[in-house]
Amino acid sequence: MWRDHLTEIIIFTLLFLLVSGMGFVAARWRAPKDMAHLDEWGLGGRSFGGWITWFLVGGDLYTAYTFVAVPALLFGAGAAGFFAVPYTIIVYPLIFLVVVRLWSVSHRHGFVTPADFVRTRFGSPLLALLIAITGIVATMPYIALQLVGIEAVLKTMGVTGESTIARHLPIIVAFAILAAYTYQSGLRAPALIAFVKDTLIYIVILVAIVYLPYKLGGWGEIFDAADAKFDASAAPGDGALLNPNNQIQYVTLALGSALALFLYPHSITGILASKNRDVIKRNMSALPAYSLLLGLIALLGYMAIAAGVTPLPGATEGSVDNNTVVPLLFEQQFPSWFAGIAFAAIGIGALVPAAIMSIAAANLFTRNIYKEYLKRDASPAQEANVSKIASLVVKVGAVACIVFLDPQFSIDLQLIGGVIILQTLPAVALGLYTRWFHRGALIAGWAAGMGLGMWMLYQIPNAASKRAHFGGSNFPLEKFGLDTPKTIYVGLVAVALNLLVAAILTLLLRALRVTEGPDGTTRDDYFADETDPRKIPTQRQPPTPTPTEPVA
Amino acid sequence: MSEPESANPGTADPPDPAGTAASTPAPDPVPVAVSKAGDRSPWNWLLFLPILVPLLTPLFNQDTPRLFGFPVFYWLQLAFILLGVTTTTVVYQLTKRRG
Repeated sequence: MWRDHLTEIIIFTLLFLLVSGMGFVAARWRAPKDMAHLDEWGLGGRSFGGWITWFLVGGDLYTAYTFVAVPALLFGAGAAGFFAVPYTIIVYPLIFLVVVRLWSVSHRHGFVTPADFVRTRFGSPLLALLIAITGIVATMPYIALQLVGIEAVLKTMGVTGESTIARHLPIIVAFAILAAYTYQSGLRAPALIAFVKDTLIYIVILVAIVYLPYKLGGWGEIFDAADAKFDASAAPGDGALLNPNNQIQYVTLALGSALALFLYPHSITGILASKNRDVIKRNMSALPAYSLLLGLIALLGYMAIAAGVTPLPGATEGSVDNNTVVPLLFEQQFPSWFAGIAFAAIGIGALVPAAIMSIAAANLFTRNIYKEYLKRDASPAQEANVSKIASLVVKVGAVACIVFLDPQFSIDLQLIGGVIILQTLPAVALGLYTRWFHRGALIAGWAAGMGLGMWMLYQIPNAASKRAHFGGSNFPLEKFGLDTPKTIYVGLVAVALNLLVAAILTLLLRALRVTEGPDGTTRDDYFADETDPRKIPTQRQPPTPTPTEPVA
Repeated sequence: MSEPESANPGTADPPDPAGTAASTPAPDPVPVAVSKAGDRSPWNWLLFLPILVPLLTPLFNQDTPRLFGFPVFYWLQLAFILLGVTTTTVVYQLTKRRG
């Protein structure tokens, strides 16, 4: 009953209102002369320095998924859930190598989205459209996942109801507020809120990892309790260590997720908003602080085992909602005022990435669908306007995902999104290094990878939710006719086929002398920095170019 | 689509200290990047270390020796974070453009 949680609800509401206020004020923070431009609304003026980037990208990459679903995975399956740690170690060197080049070429050409880059690099509007649609479709469930994080907290506080509408009303209200200030302030809103979010999270987790082991008898006891639970369980895949059958899964999932993470439109949005290459490169050494945090948060799942937490029932009869274990652990172990702060940290932790993701998806729509196909001569002000409206539509879609679909396997939704976004790897990531691939071959490779990925996901049953299809992203190799119980991450297999098809068809199309698109970039563009002048492509010429200051 | 450089504070710096082709101002319709290509350093190969090591499960898939009660599987993977930080810091310092 919610009356038992009054203190928590009050603290949660106050903090939520505080960040909402900040979200609206953010429009005036580092305010530009003219907000009616996509660079301002959608990329915060491309001007963020080291600290803002650290908070923004950290708040962007480490989402409510981090705080709720990863410990839930450790609670349920053990070591296999710890893939999140190698995953977030690997991603930074990759960004250091690859995404810095994307920053440079985007700075030179004024690109806002990865699809903008592909359009100019390969001279193919169709390929750019596919990249844009892939990005939008992959981002939708990811935004929905953020809602699941808020919902887990609300459920624990007893804010729930019998009917579908009553159960989801608080989320709908929260998202309406989020939508309003994102509409007004653009990327500045999550950048400002990220300071509060990350500070709260660091406080909560530092307290949790000192105080909870002390209460529960020490780390040794916690790991022993997890061991004992997995030894007693009948499920074959769980355990406090990996077993011979899930190691390939662990490795492919960590690598595949890392490759997917920096291809996501919202990661790219966060990184393109920084002001120069050094800001990005230095942050690759500073952002892993969040990985340490993530590793410790993951272990909250084991603390929940040691503390004897029983998850709340799920949406369907007889199921349990493992996503509630961390909120329940906090509520059981902390005084209610601190539990309130912890819940607010998770709730606000969902808002920052949700805002950035909706901005990223909106930018894709504006730049690569609206401007490309609907209104070629759109002015920067019109672009910004369309993006603002599109960000509202994206959020409505995400809420619909949660209200009408079973939110129980939020992590799997995100993993499916990862499979999809990975199919943009050859065009976006490899495209930053080489233009060897033919545009037609890239399109065919994308189609092959998507096809195989979807087929494999369709084949995966889920014993826990008793679904026959789309039960996760661990593909049993026996379905390929191999005599083994091992599983593998779908995304990596799909992108391997994607690359293979793209390579073979490139050779074929080149042998047949099929026309290639023009490359609008030069080699130097990939190393350009803040002080290098912008190129303004002719087809994207603004109606009234206003040279404001001389470029050195 | 964008107005040149207006959004970035601090871009009206003195000319590129490297000095090469620097003092050519912008009226040129297709300006050339002034910065010299700085990404070809062989030190970048070091970055593959923190990409590969965390994927070698035989390195860390065991319980003992424990550290502060953490099994190897957990403390060693957390320690790989330091490996990542060290590598990116070293590569950044070694490939930084001087001047």
